[in-house]
Amino acid sequence: MAYVSVKGGEKAITNAHQWLAEDRRGDPAVSEVEVAQIREQMSLAVDRVMSEGSCYDRDLAALAVKQARGDLPEAIFLVRAYRTTLPRFGASEPVEAEQMSVRRRISAAFKDIPGGQVLGPTFDYTHRLLDFALVADGQPPPPAPLADEPQAYPMPTIGSVFAHEGLLETDERPAEPEEPFDLTREPMSFPAGRDQRLQALARGDEGFLLSLAYSSQRGWGSTHPLCGEIRMGEVSVAFIPEELGFPIEIGELTLTECQMLSGFSGSADRAPQYTRGYGLTFGHCERKAMSMAIVDRALRHREVGEQADAPVQDEEFVLYHSDNVEASGFVQHLKLPHYVDFQADLQLIRRLRREHFERCDTLKEAAE
Amino acid sequence: MTTLSTSRPNTAERYYNYAYLDEQTKRMIRRAILKALAIPGYQAPFGSREMPVPYGWGTGGIQLTAAIIGPDDVYKCIDQGADDTTNAVSIRQFFAKVADVATTEDTGEATIIQTRHRIPEQPLKAGQVLVFQVPQPEPLRGLEARETETRAMHAYEEYGLQYVSLYENVSTYGRIAATAGYPVMAEERYLMSPSPIPKFDNPKMDANEAILLFGAGREKRIYALPPHTRVRSLDFEDFPFEVQTWEESCALCAADDAYLDEVILDDAGAKMFVCSDSHHCAERRAAGHVGPMAGHQLARPETEPAQ
Repeated sequence: MAYVSVKGGEKAITNAHQWLAEDRRGDPAVSEVEVAQIREQMSLAVDRVMSEGSCYDRDLAALAVKQARGDLPEAIFLVRAYRTTLPRFGASEPVEAEQMSVRRRISAAFKDIPGGQVLGPTFDYTHRLLDFALVADGQPPPPAPLADEPQAYPMPTIGSVFAHEGLLETDERPAEPEEPFDLTREPMSFPAGRDQRLQALARGDEGFLLSLAYSSQRGWGSTHPLCGEIRMGEVSVAFIPEELGFPIEIGELTLTECQMLSGFSGSADRAPQYTRGYGLTFGHCERKAMSMAIVDRALRHREVGEQADAPVQDEEFVLYHSDNVEASGFVQHLKLPHYVDFQADLQLIRRLRREHFERCDTLKEAAE
Repeated sequence: MTTLSTSRPNTAERYYNYAYLDEQTKRMIRRAILKALAIPGYQAPFGSREMPVPYGWGTGGIQLTAAIIGPDDVYKCIDQGADDTTNAVSIRQFFAKVADVATTEDTGEATIIQTRHRIPEQPLKAGQVLVFQVPQPEPLRGLEARETETRAMHAYEEYGLQYVSLYENVSTYGRIAATAGYPVMAEERYLMSPSPIPKFDNPKMDANEAILLFGAGREKRIYALPPHTRVRSLDFEDFPFEVQTWEESCALCAADDAYLDEVILDDAGAKMFVCSDSHHCAERRAAGHVGPMAGHQLARPETEPAQ
C-alpha cells in the first residue's frame, strides 16, 4: 500500500518531460542551436524576454528562449521564476535618457530637431519580402557605413526642445525622491501611482498593450497621440553601495524610450499644453514602448479631467490583466482536473433537467 | 505505514534556499499569515512571488507551505481529494526535493496537508495545518468585478448583494444553486470563499481543530481560519443550507457518507461512483469494507516501484 498512487502520475510526468526534451531538440540530424546564436541572432526575442521578464541578462534570456522552444511567454515565465530568487542589493540611481549613446532616435513631431533624426537599425522602411538568400549559408553582411561625425552627446530630449515655451508638461524632480513602488514585492493597490502603473506596463504583455493602444487610437478612449520621440541606445547604470556612499558605475543597459505627446486644451487653473505618455523597455522593443506610452497617457485621464469610459482608461482593468505570466497561468490552469467541482455541477444540472421535464409533462397532461 | 518517503539531506539539489523561498520572503508571508489568523476570513494582501510552477497551479498554497514547513514535517498533497493526481504528485515531489521532508498519503500522519478543491473526509486534529490553493479569494468577485469596490464592501460588512444573488437563485431554480465555492461567513464578520471545494465540505470548516490557511498567489492574498472558528454557510430560514448526497455508495469501499466522483466506464452510459478522497477509500478497503466493484482496476495499486 505504501506505493499505491504516487506512481501513476509520477511516471507519466517523467515520461512527458522526456518527450518534451526530445521535441525541443527536434531532428538530431540538424545541428543544435546554441544559446550564443540566439543571443546574437534572435536579439529582439531576447529583448522582449528581458523586458517582460524584468531581468536584464542577455544570456539567461537566450537560454530561456531555447528552453521554451521559442515560446516567448514561456521564456518570460522562466526568467521571472529565476529572478524572484535573486538577492536584492538595492535600487540604482535613475538612469538619464539624455546621457544615452543613441543608436536610433527619431521624432515624428518635427522635421528636424536638435541632435538630428537617426534611423538606426530599423525594419521601418524595409519591404517585407522574404529574403531567400538567408536560407543559404550566408556570409556575414558587409559592415554598415559609419557616420562622418559622432552623434550628439548628450542627446537633447524632446522636453528640452519645448523647454523655453512651456508648451510641454515637465516632470518635476522631487528633492527627496521616495522609494519607488515595487510590484515584485508588494501587491497591486488602487488608485495606482504612476510608478506602480509604469512598472506594471513595463512588465506587461506586448500584445495586450498593443491592442489596448490600438483601441485607443480607434476612438475607445482616444488620446490623439503624436510620437514626440523614440530613442534606443545604451545608458550606464550607477549604484551607491552603502559602504561607499558615492555612486559607482556598475554596467550598461540597452533601453528603448518613447515619449508620446497629447494635446490638452487646458482647464480653469492650467494653461493649454502638451501632456506626455511614457514608455520604457529593456533592449530594443519599440512596438512595446510606443504602446506603453499611449496606455500610460490614457490612464492619466483623471489628471487632465478627461471622460473615462473605454477599457484602456480603466486602471483596474488594464493593470490587473496586463501580466502575461499571471494571465497565461490562470487561463491554462483550466487544464488541471476539475472533476470534483464538475461533479457538483453535474448533479445540479441533472436535477434541474429532471425538474424541467417533469414540469413539461405536467403541462402536457394539463393540456390534454 | 503509508509514509512514501523519509526526510533526506539533499544538498546536491540545493541551488535554492531551504524550501525554495528566501528567508525574507518567508518572514513576509508568515507576517501575512499571522494577520490573517488574527482576523478570520479577512484577505490579507501579500507580496506574492513568481514560483517555478504557473499561476493557477497552486502558487499561493505552495508559498504558504514553503513559509511554514520544516524538516520535521510530514507533508501530504492532494488535488480533487486524491494523492495521485498529476499536479499533487508534482507539488509533493517539489517539497520532497527542496524541503527534505517526509511525504505521506495518510491524512492522520501528515502535519501539513496541501489541497486543491477538497477537505479530507477524515476529521483533522489539533496540530495539523490544511493549506488550500485558491484561484479567486474574493467571494464577491462574480458580483462585483472591481477590487476597490469589494474591499469597501468587506470593510462595511456590506453583503446585501450576496444575499440578493442567493435569493435570485431561489427564485430562478427553486434552490440555492451554488455547488462549489459556496460562500461562508467566518466568525459572523467576513464573507469568505472556501475556495472551489464542493459545498459538501463546507461543514467541515466549522470549529475545525486544525489551522486552515488559504493562499491565492496570482491574486496575492492570504486568509485563514484559526482552530475552532465558527464558519457558517449562507442560507435562508426557509431555504436552509444542505450538502450534496448520492443515491449510490462508493463502488470500491461502499462508503455512503463520502464525496463521490463519477467515473465513466464506457460510451454507452455505464458509470461507477468512487470516493474522491483516495486515502479515505484505501483505508476503508484495508479495514475490510467491500463495494460492489471492489475488484475494479481503480482499486489496484500501480505496480511501478518508487524511483
